[in-house]
Amino acid sequence: MLGKGVVGGGGGTKAPKPSFVSYVRPEEIHTNEKEVTEKEVTLHLLPGEQLLCEASTVLKYVQEDSCQHGVYGRLVCTDFKIAFLGDDESALDNDETQFKNKVIGENDITLHCVDQIYGVFDEKKKTLFGQLKKYPEKLIIHCKDLRVFQFCLRYTKEEEVKRIVSGIIHHTQAPKLLKRLFLFSYATAAQNNTVTDPKNHTVMFDTLKDWCWELERTKGNMKYKAVSVNEGYKVCERLPAYFVVPTPLPEENVQRFQGHGIPIWCWSCHNGSALLKMSALPKEQDDGILQIQKSFLDGIYKTIHRPPYEIVKTEDLSSNFLSLQEIQTAYSKFKQLFLIDNSTEFWDTDIKWFSLLESSSWLDIIRRCLKKAIEITECMEAQNMNVLLLEENASDLCCLISSLVQLMMDPHCRTRIGFQSLIQKEWVMGGHCFLDRCNHLRQNDKEEVPVFLLFLDCVWQLVHQHPPAFEFTETYLTVLSDSLYIPIFSTFFFNSPHQKDTNMSSPKRGFFREETDHLIKNLLGKRISKLINSSDELQDNFREFYDSWHSKSTDYHGLLLPHIEGPEIKVWAQRYLRWIPEAQILGGGQVATLSKLLEMMEEVQSLQEKIDERHHSQQAPQAEAPCLLRNSARLSSLFPFALLQRHSSKPVLPTSGWKALGDEDDLAKREDEFVDLGDV
Amino acid sequence: MASASTSKYNSHSLENESIKRTSRDGVNRDLTEAVPRLPGETLITDKEVIYICPFNGPIKGRVYITNYRLYLRSLETPLFAFLNEEKFNVDGWTVYNPVEEYRRQGLPNHHWRITFINKCYELCDTYPALLVVPYRASDDDLRRVATFRSRNRIPVLSWIHPENKTVIVRCSQPLVGMSGKRNKDDEKYLDVIRETNKQISKLTIYDARPSVNAVANKATGGGYESDDAYHNAELFFLDIHNIHVMRESLKKVKDIVYPNVEESHWLSSLESTHWLEHIKLVLTGAIQVADKVSSGKSSVLVHCSDGWDRTAQLTSLAMLMLDSFYRSIEGFEILVQKEWISFGHKFASRIGHGDKNHTDADRSPIFLQFIDCVWQMSKQFPTAFEFNEQFLIIILDHLYSCRFGTFLFNCESARERQKVTERTVSLWSLINSNKEKFKNPFYTKEINRVLYPVASMRHLELWVNYYIRWNPRIKQQQPNPVEQRYMELLALRDEYIKRLEELQLANSAKLSDPPTSPSSPSQMMPHVQTHF
Repeated sequence: MLGKGVVGGGGGTKAPKPSFVSYVRPEEIHTNEKEVTEKEVTLHLLPGEQLLCEASTVLKYVQEDSCQHGVYGRLVCTDFKIAFLGDDESALDNDETQFKNKVIGENDITLHCVDQIYGVFDEKKKTLFGQLKKYPEKLIIHCKDLRVFQFCLRYTKEEEVKRIVSGIIHHTQAPKLLKRLFLFSYATAAQNNTVTDPKNHTVMFDTLKDWCWELERTKGNMKYKAVSVNEGYKVCERLPAYFVVPTPLPEENVQRFQGHGIPIWCWSCHNGSALLKMSALPKEQDDGILQIQKSFLDGIYKTIHRPPYEIVKTEDLSSNFLSLQEIQTAYSKFKQLFLIDNSTEFWDTDIKWFSLLESSSWLDIIRRCLKKAIEITECMEAQNMNVLLLEENASDLCCLISSLVQLMMDPHCRTRIGFQSLIQKEWVMGGHCFLDRCNHLRQNDKEEVPVFLLFLDCVWQLVHQHPPAFEFTETYLTVLSDSLYIPIFSTFFFNSPHQKDTNMSSPKRGFFREETDHLIKNLLGKRISKLINSSDELQDNFREFYDSWHSKSTDYHGLLLPHIEGPEIKVWAQRYLRWIPEAQILGGGQVATLSKLLEMMEEVQSLQEKIDERHHSQQAPQAEAPCLLRNSARLSSLFPFALLQRHSSKPVLPTSGWKALGDEDDLAKREDEFVDLGDV
Repeated sequence: MASASTSKYNSHSLENESIKRTSRDGVNRDLTEAVPRLPGETLITDKEVIYICPFNGPIKGRVYITNYRLYLRSLETPLFAFLNEEKFNVDGWTVYNPVEEYRRQGLPNHHWRITFINKCYELCDTYPALLVVPYRASDDDLRRVATFRSRNRIPVLSWIHPENKTVIVRCSQPLVGMSGKRNKDDEKYLDVIRETNKQISKLTIYDARPSVNAVANKATGGGYESDDAYHNAELFFLDIHNIHVMRESLKKVKDIVYPNVEESHWLSSLESTHWLEHIKLVLTGAIQVADKVSSGKSSVLVHCSDGWDRTAQLTSLAMLMLDSFYRSIEGFEILVQKEWISFGHKFASRIGHGDKNHTDADRSPIFLQFIDCVWQMSKQFPTAFEFNEQFLIIILDHLYSCRFGTFLFNCESARERQKVTERTVSLWSLINSNKEKFKNPFYTKEINRVLYPVASMRHLELWVNYYIRWNPRIKQQQPNPVEQRYMELLALRDEYIKRLEELQLANSAKLSDPPTSPSSPSQMMPHVQTHF
C-alpha cells in the first residue's frame, strides 16, 4: 500500500489554496475516513508497482476548442509510470471509453515512454535533466508515443514541486540497471500463465520444434535443418538457442567464429529459393587471420553455391543501403513535427508541412526499405535465386528487410498470429537489440534507433494500401508500437533471447549487456555482392517486376507489393496525428467507414444466428447482439485514441496567414478580368 | 417541359435562323450547300476569311458575295452537345427548378421575396431570371443598387438557415473607385439585409480576395465596403487568390505528375505548386462563412471582384457544409446548377469550350478547384455524401467534354438564347439514369448535421485518382477494397433477410401459432432501411 510518509507531510493532497476552485467532491467532504482509500482506488497500481513521489494541486492543461483550460489534480510518479489524477474525474461512460487502453490510462505515461522533459521558466522553455537549481513553473513532457503533457506547478507547494520534478527527471532520464526494469517487479508479483500451442498461438521460436514446424510449413526442410548447437548459448549469446542452417553445413562451423559468417535461414519461398542472413566476420588487420577468414567463407559459399542450392545473391545491408545513423536522424526530425505544444505551433508549421516532412527524410527511408524488399522479392520470385542478407550483427536492417520480404511473399505473415510469429522469429529471436534501440535503460542515446518502428511504418504502408490482405488493422499496429514502451511485456525489453533467458528466469543475477559494436564493413561480403549483380541490370529487373505486378489485379492471398511512388508513401496519420486536437475530424476519418463495416458485420452475424435458430426451429429468446459502436458517425477521427473535444462543434480554423507566392507575385496582383469598371 | 428527345437539332429548321444571325452560334450547317438565295439572286464570288467580330473576336468563315448581299458563314463546327442524340430515361434539365429549391429552403417568407425583375435579364445579364431579395427592398431599390455593384450583380440570397434564419447573400464588389464613392441605396440595402435577422447587430461581409487586391481594385473602379460607409457591417478578407494564380498553380501540378511522377522530392514539389495551399484557403473561407451563419448567428455577404468565381466557391462550399440536402446526388446537382450555372460562373470563358486559344487569360480551373474541395471533404467524411468519387470525376470529365449542354456558355441568358435545354442533353440525365454507379455505399443520411472539414495540410492530399489516374504505375484499385467488402456484406445481409422471411413463412405455415416470430422481422426492417 501507499507509504504514508510519501503521501503525508504538510496536509497531504488537500492543502487549501484560495486561488482555485474547490475540487473536493461533495461526498468527500462528508466522509473523511474514506478519503485515503478512495485515493488509493483512483490511482491504479499494477501488481508490484510502487508509488515513489507525488504532488497535489497540479494543473493539467487541456486543449479544447482552440483554447486551453486546466484541470486540477495530483501528479504522481511510480516505478512504472507518471500519472495525473484529475479531481474532476467525469468518467464518461460512453462507447468511446470502452476502447481505452487497459494498462495505460489517458493520463498515464510509462517511464519508458517519456522522451523529453521541458521546464518553463518565465515563458522560456528549457530541456530538463540532471540536478536542477531552479524549479520550473510549468512542466512539459514529450512522450515517445507522441503525446504532449503540460502541467502547471504554480499552485503546488514548493516542496512538492521539488520532489515531483526531480523524481520524474531521475526516474525517466537517469541511466538505469536492467534489473531495475519494472518488468521484473511485475513478473514476480503477477502470476504467470504461459501456454503455447503453435497451431493457433504465436510461435515463439524458442524450441527446436517451433523451427521444425516453420521449416515444414514453408517446405524448407528439404535443404535446411534446425540445429541445437547453441543450446544453453554455448556457442554465442547473440544467437537464439535454436536456428536453421543449410543441411550440409557442418555444425562445427557455427562454433568457429561464434556464429559469425554462417548463413542462417529465414524463410523458404514456394519455388524453393530461400532468404538467408549472415552476420559479418569480425574485421581483422592481421593478414594471417584474414586469410583464415577468407578460406572459411570460401568453404561456406561452396556449400551453398552448389545444387541443390539456388544461385546466391548477396545483399550487403551495412554498406550500400541505409545507415542506422540516417534512420536515427530522420526520425528525430520527423517526430518533432508531431510533438506540438499548442495551436499556434500547429498552424505555423502547417503551411510548410510538406517540405518539413520531406526534409525529415523519414518517408524516403520508408520508400527505400520497401524498394529494397521488392528487389529481393523479385530475385526470389522471378529469378529463383537465394538471397543472403549480410549485416554487422544481422540484427537491425536484416530483421527489417527479411520480415518485409516475408510479409510481401507469405500470406501467412499477414494474419495476426503469423505476423506475431514473424516478429518473434525475425526480431526477438533474430537478436534485435530492443533494449538498446529503444534506449530503455537510458544508458546510451547514440544507440537509440527506431528500427522496429520503421518496420511497423513500412508494414502500415502495406496495410494502408491493401487493407483486405491483412487480418489486422492499423490500430493493431499503433497499439503494438505503443507496447514498445510498456515494461509489462518482456518482448521488447531485451537485447537477445540469451539476455532474456538469463534475466527472466532469475532476476537476481546481474544483467548482461553486449559490448557495443562498431560499424565495421565486411570487405568479403561487399566483393561478392559486386560480382553477382550490376545495379543497372537490377534496376531493369526491378522495374519490370514491379510494373507487371501492379498491372495485374491484386491477389490478396498471394504476392503483395506496395506502391512506392511519391504520392503513395504516406504519413501514418493514426499513430502520429492521434493526439493533436487541431487534426481531429469530428465524425469523420477512416473510422467512420470502418465502424459502418463493423455494424454491417454484426448485423449479418445476428441474421445468420437467427437463421440458424430457425433451422433448428427453436424459438429461443433472441438476445440482441451488442452493438459495439453506436453513434458511430459521431466518432472522431482520433478514435480510439485521444478522447478530446467531444462536445465541440466549432470548426478548427487555421490561424496562420498566407505564404508568399514567390515568382507568382505579379500574377497575384492582377485582376481576374482586365475590364475597367470606370467611374460610371 | 422540354424532354431531351423532343427538340433534337434539325438542320433545316435552323437554317433560316443562322442566316439572320450571321454565324457563330454553334449551329450545324450542311457545308456543301450554297447560300440560300432569293429568287434572282446570284452568287458572284466567295472567299475564306477571318472575320473580326466586335463582340466575339475573330471567326473563321467564308464570305459569299451575291448580286444582292454580302453573307458570312462560319466554318466553325458546332460543339458536340448540339449534335448529341443520346437518349436517357431521365431528363436532367428538370433537376433544378429555382422556385422549388427556394421553397425547400422555406422561401419566400416574411423577410424574403422572390422577384422577377430580372426576367429578361435586364437588371443583370449574368444573373438568373429569378432572384430572392429582402422583402423590404423594392424593385426600384434593386435597380439603384445595381448601379453600384460591378456588372450589376446585386446582393441576393443564396441560402437561408432553417432555424436561426440567418442568410448567405452573394454579390460582386461595390464600385467604390479611387475617390471612395458611396451609394446610399447600397448602404441601405445591406442594412435591410442585416435586419432580416434580428439576432445580431452586424452584417458580416467576407471579401474573398486578399486585402491588397481589394485595395488595388479601387484603381479600376471597384473596391470594398469601408467601415465609415457601412457602419453595421464587419468586413473580413479571405485571402483567396485570383484566377491567374490558380491557373498557374494547376499547371505546376501537371508538371510534377506528367509524364513522370516526382519520386524522391515529391513532397517539396507538391508544396511548390501551392495547389493544396489554395484548396486550404478556399476551404478555410467556406468554413468561416458556414460557422458565422451557423453558430455566429450572423447573416453573411460574400463577394470577390465579380462574384462568379471565388464567390461561387465559397457560397457553394458553405452550403455543402451547412445543408445535408446538397450532399445527396440530386442535391449536389441542384447546388451546381444553382450557385454555379445559374449565377453565371463563366464556364465558357474559364474552360474555353471549342476555343483553340489555350493561353487565353480567362481560362482558370475554378470549378475544378471547387470539386477538389468537395473531394477533400468527402475524404474526411466518408459517410456524409451520397455520391462517390466517380460522380465527381464524371462531372469533371464532362466539364470539358462538350457532350452535354450543362456547362456550356457563360450565363443563363446566353444559354436561354441558345436554347440549350432544348437542343442539348443534360449531364444529370446521364448520371441520374445510372445512379447506382455513383452511390457511396457508406452514405448515412444525417439531417441538420454541419460538416466542418479540417483545413490543415496534414489532412489535405493531392487527388491522385483524378490528377494521376492515367499513369499506369499509380493505378488505383476500383472499387476500393473496403468498399467492395462492404458491398459484399450488404448483399449477404439482403440474402439473409430474404431467407429469414422465407423461413418465417414456412414456419408459420407449419405451426399455426408462432409465439414471438412476427416481431423480429418487423424490428429488423426499419433498422435495415436506416442505412440508406
